[in-house]
This record gives sequence, C-alpha cells and structure tokens, in this order.
Amino acid sequence: MEHGDGRQALSYPIPSPAALEPPVEWADLRRECPAARVTLPSGDEATLLTRYADVRKVLSDPRFSRRLNAEDAARIGDSESGGVFNGEISETLPQTGEEHQRWRRMITKWFTARRMAALRPAIETMAERLVDEMVEHGPPADLKASLGFPLPVWVICDLLGVDDADRDRFAYWSDTFLNLTRYTDEQVAAAQAEFVEYMTAHVTAKRADPGEDLLSELTTATDARGGRMPDAVLVATGQALLVAGHETTANMIAKMAGLLLADRRRWERLVTDRSLVRSAVEEVLRFDANAGIGMPRYIGEEVELAGTVLPGGTTVMCGMAAANRDESAFDDADRMDLARSPNPHLAFGSGAHSCLGQALARTELQAVLDVLLRRLPSLRLAVPPAELRRIEGLAVGGLREVPVRW
Amino acid sequence: MKVNLDQDKCVASGQCVVAAMEVFDQRDEDGIAVLLNDSPPADQADDVRHAATVCPALAITVEE
Repeated sequence: MEHGDGRQALSYPIPSPAALEPPVEWADLRRECPAARVTLPSGDEATLLTRYADVRKVLSDPRFSRRLNAEDAARIGDSESGGVFNGEISETLPQTGEEHQRWRRMITKWFTARRMAALRPAIETMAERLVDEMVEHGPPADLKASLGFPLPVWVICDLLGVDDADRDRFAYWSDTFLNLTRYTDEQVAAAQAEFVEYMTAHVTAKRADPGEDLLSELTTATDARGGRMPDAVLVATGQALLVAGHETTANMIAKMAGLLLADRRRWERLVTDRSLVRSAVEEVLRFDANAGIGMPRYIGEEVELAGTVLPGGTTVMCGMAAANRDESAFDDADRMDLARSPNPHLAFGSGAHSCLGQALARTELQAVLDVLLRRLPSLRLAVPPAELRRIEGLAVGGLREVPVRW
Repeated sequence: MKVNLDQDKCVASGQCVVAAMEVFDQRDEDGIAVLLNDSPPADQADDVRHAATVCPALAITVEE
C-alpha cells in the first residue's frame, strides 16, 4: 500500500464489506500508510489519518483549522456548496480561538453532568412513549424510524423551545443540511431559507416571551465579555444544534441497536446486568465502524505528521472510527467489550472542538438503551445482520433501517 | 497524588464529574470543570486517573 506517494489515491469514503463492519483497508492503512492520499466525493484530494495518536493530535492542534474555505482547501461533497462543512453556519459562528470559546461556553452550561441527570427522566419518558407506539403497531418494526429518528429531534426541539407540532419540519431540515448527495442544491437552499425564516421569527418570539429553553436564555444571556448574541448568531446556533444533535444521535441509536443485537449475547448480557449500560454506550460509540466521513481539517503551513511531511494547503480527514480500532490504543480493539473502562474513544472528536453536545448524546443513548432493555428484553433483529444496509449520501454514517421483533 | 486542571482547555464535557464526582464539579455559568480537591485520597486515585484518560480536552494531568 503506497497511497502516501505517487500512486493512485483511494476513493473516499472507503466501502465496507458489511454495514456493521469496518473497511478491510483500515488495518493496513494504520500499519503501513497512516497518512493516505484519498479522493473525496467532490473529486478533490485529501490526506486520511487512521492512527489514534495522529487523529487525536490533529483534532486538538489549533494549527489544523476547521476553515475549509481557503482557496486551496478540499471541498468535501459533490454539490456546488460542498455541503455542511462549507456552509453558511461556519461563516456566522465564531470558528476559532477566544471568540469561539466565548460562544461555546454560553452553550455548554446547558450540557453539564448535573443538567443531564435532571433531563434524563424526561428523555426516558419520550423513549417510553415511542416504544409504546411501536409496540402498539406490533412486530416487525423499524427501530430507526420508530425510535431512533424521532427521539433526538424531540429533545432538540425542547431545547430550542420549538412547538411539538413543528418537529417534523425540523427533522426534514436537519436531513437536508447534512446532504452530500441525496438532495439537489435547490432543495438544500430552499430548506436553508425556510429554516432561517422560521428561526428568525422564533428568536423574535422568544425575546418577547422567554420560556425555560436554551434559546430563550441565549436571547438575554451575556458572554464572558458582557456581549450578547446577535440574531444571526442565535439562528445559526439553533441550526448548529439541530444539525449536530439530530441525525448523528438518530443514527447512533439505530447503530447501537444493530450492534448489540447482531450478536445477541451482547444484548442478553445487558438484559442481565443493566449496570453495564454506561460502559456499553461508550463501547458502541468506539466500535461504530460506520461513523461517516470523519472530521476534515486544513493546515496552512508545512507540518510533520505520521512519519511524513504534509505540505501547507493540505486538507486532512481525521478517521476517528479507524483510530478507535487502533490496537496501540485499545486492547483487543476489534472485540466489543461492554465493560471496557476507561474508554477514551474519539467518536466525539478531541480538543477545543470536540462535540459540544456529547453529554446530551450520551444521556440520550443511555436512556434509550435502558428503556429498551427494560421494556423489550426479548428484542431481536428481524433480519440477519448481513442484510442491514448503510445509508448513503449523508455526512453522518447510519443504517437505512433496523428491522426488529420482540 | 496531585491533580492539575487546565480550565482554559476544558470543553465542559462533564466526563470528569461522571468519573470522579468527589474531585471534580462543573461551574453553573458555563459548565467548565472545577477542581474540588487537588490532592485526593488514595481510594479516589483510580477514578481521577480515569477522568484524566477520558477527558476529551486532555485538560487533566496527574502527578503520582
């Protein structure tokens, strides 16, 4: 394998032999070519990192910027705009340094361990309601459509103080924002315009009549320097929370069920010992080989990494899922160990830009798993694991559906 | 054991509080971690090492 030098670049994302399996190339790449040349869906080239230490280093090194609008930065998607990584949110929200930190810290107060513990019963109640509806319709059911997809959008809508009646619109907008190939540029632009119109009116309404939600709080809160968020930043913040919090968690709920049920001994162990729910969620996050394209970064200067020299102007793809299978970081990395602890996986990234909502995602996954184990201990896949299919065309990896019986 | 916490690096993931709640807490105003005890007793040492390992910001360092 010599993807690092003059040879042909690997087409990226790299296909997998089965929906829940990692690409066979990962192990070779980690061993022999930890900085590999790849061709992105846009046709542009980037450098793929697959080792734990390299991925962690790049994600926490501020020289590797998230600004992919540099003239020579690679575009990710094949639409004209390049999809979510080159979109308008990244123009409006502060992306780097102190300004980014001030913005981020206005949000993080909503995601503390204490708040998550307080929020958990409400999330379990939502999950119970969705499970009730699924049970009412009877088996077989698609766990993704019945539970995985609706739950996180309900949680985000609550966070933003959005009416229950508008949850479906949010779900559609969220889907289009993460487009790499599924929607046309016109559909993406139309969804973007509708969302901005909705959120602008929503911000105005919350300013006039604040509720108990995060958005209401942000309309009046001040940052560490006494500054307030302008409306455009509030709207973009709402969009960022939706984009970051919906599809990712929805897919992770579905993949969690798929991974735990594909080898039913895993499920049975959890049914017998629900105290493993917390570590099982972390292990599922680590083990997920279908996590999407990873995190792109751009480096403006020459830098030494992974035993090679990256020239200035390189776009790097951080393969977190590949890094999470690195034997030098995790014992028996290809074995799912539901009790693994500690588990410093990179599913939420690392460093100053690691997932803002990771505590919320963890809480949702733990709540869903706990409810499922309690309510449907007899849960099983309704198809052989080999028949599970990946969704294509979104930046976030997922399964098309997770057919289950109980 | 001596624990150091770099609040400037902290990203408020809350992982340290979950791992070692006797040693770490989070500020109400922004979720940034605070150190409750920089010299925790031996029976909390494992939890603190766990917290340092899983901190996504690498903001916790431990001197044994």
